[in-house]
Amino acid sequence: MAPVVQLVGTPLDAAALERAVADPGCGCTILFVGTTRDTFEGRRVVRLEYEAYAAMAVPVLRELADEAASRWPGVRVALAHRIGVVPVGEASVVIAVAAPHREAGYEASRFLIDALKARAPIWKKEIYDDGSAWKANPPGEPG
Amino acid sequence: MDVTATVLWFGPLRDHRGRATERVTVPEGTTLRALYAQLVPDLGLPVAFARNAHAVSGDEAVADGDEVVFLPPVGGG
Repeated sequence: MAPVVQLVGTPLDAAALERAVADPGCGCTILFVGTTRDTFEGRRVVRLEYEAYAAMAVPVLRELADEAASRWPGVRVALAHRIGVVPVGEASVVIAVAAPHREAGYEASRFLIDALKARAPIWKKEIYDDGSAWKANPPGEPG
Repeated sequence: MDVTATVLWFGPLRDHRGRATERVTVPEGTTLRALYAQLVPDLGLPVAFARNAHAVSGDEAVADGDEVVFLPPVGGG
């Protein structure tokens, strides 16, 4: 299958991505759902706001999915990132990986979230009850 | 000879510039790194560079009609 890649301004449907990668040749599906936390270093987070350079982000996400499919043969990938306002507790990113065996599935899933966080041109602003801040991912993550 | 490019601003740079896009005209041969230093001399924010939606070296020169993006440290996921 061609990997499914989505950059959307609406709530993510994890079950739909899981169904998109389902295949009789795959013995497992790893579903990663990244959700917004309600605190950062003691400050109360009200919501997150994501923005993306979409013309570059979509091709980058596609490259990551293709790279995973090439490194772990038989793996099927669907990944989606939400942009705009994401309320606390809702998903900002969903990665579904179906694989013939679980080792490849776990490895590909871990690679995809780490590489996405390092390479996708997406930015996150945390809105607190008393201010806001742009939050970059820590450097040095794999990918 | 001057070249004109469109700069798209994202993340903290969009807040800093107070706008999402702007058109800039610079002498031919101006590098992306030099353009960033000219537009954002005071922020101390490290950036990566993109031309027309592709990651490139900051040593590349701006060409007429380019879409230029200075990429602040990313925060997706």
